[in-house]
Amino acid sequence: MADQPTTAEPVRARLSPRKKQQISRGVQYAILVVALVVVALYADWGSLAQNFAKADVAEQALPDLFTIALRNTIIYAAGGFIFAFVLGLLLALMRISQVRPYRWIALLYIEIFRGLPALLIFLMITFLPLALPGFEVPFGTYGQGILGLGLVGAAYQAEVFRAGLQAVPKGQTEAARSLGMSASRAQVTVVIPQAVRMVIPPTTNQFVSLLKDSSLVLFLGVSGEYVELAKFGNDLASQYANATPIMVAGVTYLIVTIPLGYLASRLEGRKGRNR
Amino acid sequence: MTHAIELKDLHKYFGKNEVLKGIDMTVEPGQVVCVIGPSGSGKSTLLRCVNMLEQPTKGKVFVQGVEVTHPDVDIDAVRRRIGMVFQQFNLFPHMTALQNVMIAQQRVLRRGKREAEVTARENLDKVGVGAKCDSLPGQLSGGQQQRVAIARALAMDPDLMLFDEPTSALDPELVGDVLTVMRKLAEEGMTMLVVTHEMGFAREVADRVVFMDGGVVVEDGPPSQVIGDPRHERTQAFLHRVLHPEG
Ligand SMILES: Nc1ncnc2c1ncn2[C@@H]1O[C@H](COP(=O)(O)OP(=O)(O)O)[C@@H](O)[C@H]1O
Ligand SMILES: [Mg+2]
Repeated sequence: MADQPTTAEPVRARLSPRKKQQISRGVQYAILVVALVVVALYADWGSLAQNFAKADVAEQALPDLFTIALRNTIIYAAGGFIFAFVLGLLLALMRISQVRPYRWIALLYIEIFRGLPALLIFLMITFLPLALPGFEVPFGTYGQGILGLGLVGAAYQAEVFRAGLQAVPKGQTEAARSLGMSASRAQVTVVIPQAVRMVIPPTTNQFVSLLKDSSLVLFLGVSGEYVELAKFGNDLASQYANATPIMVAGVTYLIVTIPLGYLASRLEGRKGRNR
Repeated sequence: MTHAIELKDLHKYFGKNEVLKGIDMTVEPGQVVCVIGPSGSGKSTLLRCVNMLEQPTKGKVFVQGVEVTHPDVDIDAVRRRIGMVFQQFNLFPHMTALQNVMIAQQRVLRRGKREAEVTARENLDKVGVGAKCDSLPGQLSGGQQQRVAIARALAMDPDLMLFDEPTSALDPELVGDVLTVMRKLAEEGMTMLVVTHEMGFAREVADRVVFMDGGVVVEDGPPSQVIGDPRHERTQAFLHRVLHPEG
């Protein structure tokens, strides 16, 4: 092939690659146009707008949408995040500990709480007072929601931290130990600060997950001042027999989650440049 | 007189792989001993056994008369007196040069911030990177990083220093700066155990040169003998390869 003169006829290709690509792209546009036409013709726009985007119903959501629902969503997510961060770090350290039972306990925890649907954890939390008579989760519904999110989030955050801790080169610990630092001092002074920097992007994504999962608070049977976005939207939707409040709640989630997602990928990009 | 370092019948296995096969060796206070030998011969492992970054499988290691292989020894206390410089520098990348040199003084020796900073600046000046105090390691050249690493070790006032191929990761034009610092240290009387491929340095600075191959000490003596007039065939072959890389 290589020694063929360049003027030779190309092998019986009826269409040049470029032509093929043009046709393929044309077909894709055609399918798109057909799909749009079908949707435009058959969808009942009036009814859709009435049910999902009714302005006067949307107006009813204000200002509680922000002052109560979004605020509570952030309280649940932030509280759960702090819980998950601390417990996750502890689990990650146990996971790489020299003491074997610690490794087992951490592994067991992580496997269980990552393997179960988060909803199941929330349902169990509602039964805690029955299981442990006299026991009450502090801070009421806030406490319960934060506990549920924290327990689940910790399992994922532990794996994020473990990856970060193991990504710190062994030479760092060796340098610290050779200066006379104890094993735990070397972890605290040298390894953990570097690991935390490395896990900022995945941790931001974890926070986004918790923001979304805070909708599970719905199943704790909350009401009044404790409702978060999903429950808030759902209640209003039932009240007006109209889905608009759910759409409104959805848009409110996106206002928070999409910028955070971009932030995470920007932080990731910066980390890439620093290495 | 107690030896600065004494290795007695030192063996080290990694799994079934015997990397050190019975090393006997001493370093006297104030001596500079250079360890040379082909890659994979166990030089790094030997050095790392001195401050117990590697646990010897068999045999004993004494540092200033203290058996560091003894299970009851306070290894952190022993390591405080042994400075170590790595091939890859291993500076803490999240701290400035100054912080790198201060942190162990503060956390290990419990020196106050001011005292630690004064000592850090003195040592950074001494190795010629005093102007780079506020730079992060990532902003420094390899030669500057390695000198900060030396300052970090010196700030702990060690009694002896271990160097594991301190110039092997450097661009050739930066090797000289680091060797100059090491020469100065040797002149000041620092006890040094240095793994190196810099034959010029070994010849001029070392009191003794140890040639290792395959986990054993093949030849141990003054540089004029081990480098200048090696007895063993293996030493001769190695030196020929190092000194005439083209041929
Ligand atoms: N942590 C380790 N685990 C397993 N094998 C190792 C380890 N460190 C070194 N070795 C092996 O020990 C031998 C000697 O290594 P090293 O002491 O680094 O030699 P040198 O420094 O002379 O090049 C090599 O074969 C190397 O693969
Ligand atoms: Mg080596």
